[in-house]
Amino acid sequence: MTAALDIFTVVAICAGAAFFMAGSVGLLRFPDSLTRLHALTKADNLGLGLIVLGLLPQADSLLGGLKLVAVWLLVQLGSATVAQLIAHALRRRGPGT
Amino acid sequence: MSVILALDISLAALVLAVAVWTIASREAFAAVVGYVAYGLLVSLVWVRLFAVDVALTEAAIGSGVTGVLLISAAVRLRATEAAVSVEWPGAGSRVLTAALCILVTAALAAVVLMMPDPGATLAPEAARHLPETALGNPVTAVLMAFRALDTLLEKVVLFLAVIGVWSLAADGNWGGIAGPRRAPHRKGALAFLAQLLPPVGIVVAIHIVWVGANEPGGAFQGGAILAAMWLIVIMARLAEAPAIGGRRLRLALVAGPAVFLAVGLLGFAVAGAFLAYPSGLAKPLIVFIEIFMTLSIAVSLPMLVLGPPDRPAERPPS
Amino acid sequence: MTEFLLGAAGLVLLTVALGLVRVLGGPGNVDRTMAAQLLGTGGIAALLLVAAATGVRGAADVALGLALLAAFASVAFVNSAAPEQEATGKDKPDQQADE
Repeated sequence: MTAALDIFTVVAICAGAAFFMAGSVGLLRFPDSLTRLHALTKADNLGLGLIVLGLLPQADSLLGGLKLVAVWLLVQLGSATVAQLIAHALRRRGPGT
Repeated sequence: MSVILALDISLAALVLAVAVWTIASREAFAAVVGYVAYGLLVSLVWVRLFAVDVALTEAAIGSGVTGVLLISAAVRLRATEAAVSVEWPGAGSRVLTAALCILVTAALAAVVLMMPDPGATLAPEAARHLPETALGNPVTAVLMAFRALDTLLEKVVLFLAVIGVWSLAADGNWGGIAGPRRAPHRKGALAFLAQLLPPVGIVVAIHIVWVGANEPGGAFQGGAILAAMWLIVIMARLAEAPAIGGRRLRLALVAGPAVFLAVGLLGFAVAGAFLAYPSGLAKPLIVFIEIFMTLSIAVSLPMLVLGPPDRPAERPPS
Repeated sequence: MTEFLLGAAGLVLLTVALGLVRVLGGPGNVDRTMAAQLLGTGGIAALLLVAAATGVRGAADVALGLALLAAFASVAFVNSAAPEQEATGKDKPDQQADE
């Protein structure tokens, strides 16, 4: 049973790290600010979600696991709204980004 | 080279790189963003060093609240930034500054490297007396029981800082409100965030303060999170900045140091020395003091960030 | 398992470093506000991995605090990098289009 959970952890965390890499590649290669913002918020959030999912079997109690999920939800809420705010600000700055 | 050593080295290199970039950047805004990034990375370093209380404080106050304070300062100084950047210091003074900084760094490095290997420390003594305070978190025991006087003086210093910031107001604005009057703005992403985040933040802050007796946490960190939540509500224009002449605001500001001082003076009567706790009552007293300290910190930090009042109060303070 | 978690943390830190290089140099202040976002997600991921690997207690609380403070700092940065026009009531003419 623990071997299966460990394999699940390894797979999920590898996928999460891959999404982080994809987000960074997007940050480095996308041509303008709005697309870079998209890469940053979407890919990194998914990466964090997969990493949290992978760490859930390793948590030492139910409360610990719930806290991990709470962290992920909080980051989702915060970064989704901040992405909107940054996009508004970029649009206000006008074309030329 | 084990994995953990490689991780530590790369983390240290990243922290140094961000620090160098922050110092070398020419613009105030860029430097403050670099400073906040540096603070968040250093909090990761503290977790690596198993100092979780310090990591929480670094994230909350070191980069969170202080970063926003620096940003407001940078915004206020924007008008003068063009004039300042023209007067760049000459080569002579730059070389002298570099030499002095290198000297200080070398001295610090020498001190750290020459420390005896089990360094002189009071930690075993503190750990030995920990059960007398009935606390589980040694950091809280040191802050609130063994060195309680230092913590009391820090709270008073914070209070004096708030008075110092307020004293920058013009005479006619005393008792007034910081920032220009702005129309409330109830739709949009920021208003949504400011309605959803503070309840969560309040729960997290209370949890961190409560759990600080036995696990990493405490009044400072919880108070800083509460301060950040109040500032989000003000930044989103869902609430006005408070008038500094308000009675409830001033009561909240002094509550922390006052309760701490009162308990300390009570220690004369009950346990024989200033800030001595009667045996068996140490933990309840400490938690009692921490509740009021959290309130004071949660009110002082926004007062520091918002700055001195820019316009007089709407009606005479009650 | 510990080495794997630490290796994953190192990888995430590498992506944060690469992202920082791009974001901190970005033309204009609004691009730089993305740095707080990047550290918020990447830093929290690295923190959770390191804490799970080295057995640090209370790291989830630090992650909660980091999440809240990163959002707070990002909002403050965006507000000062691109202040809204101080009109009388509405200040975004395309407000209806946002819903």
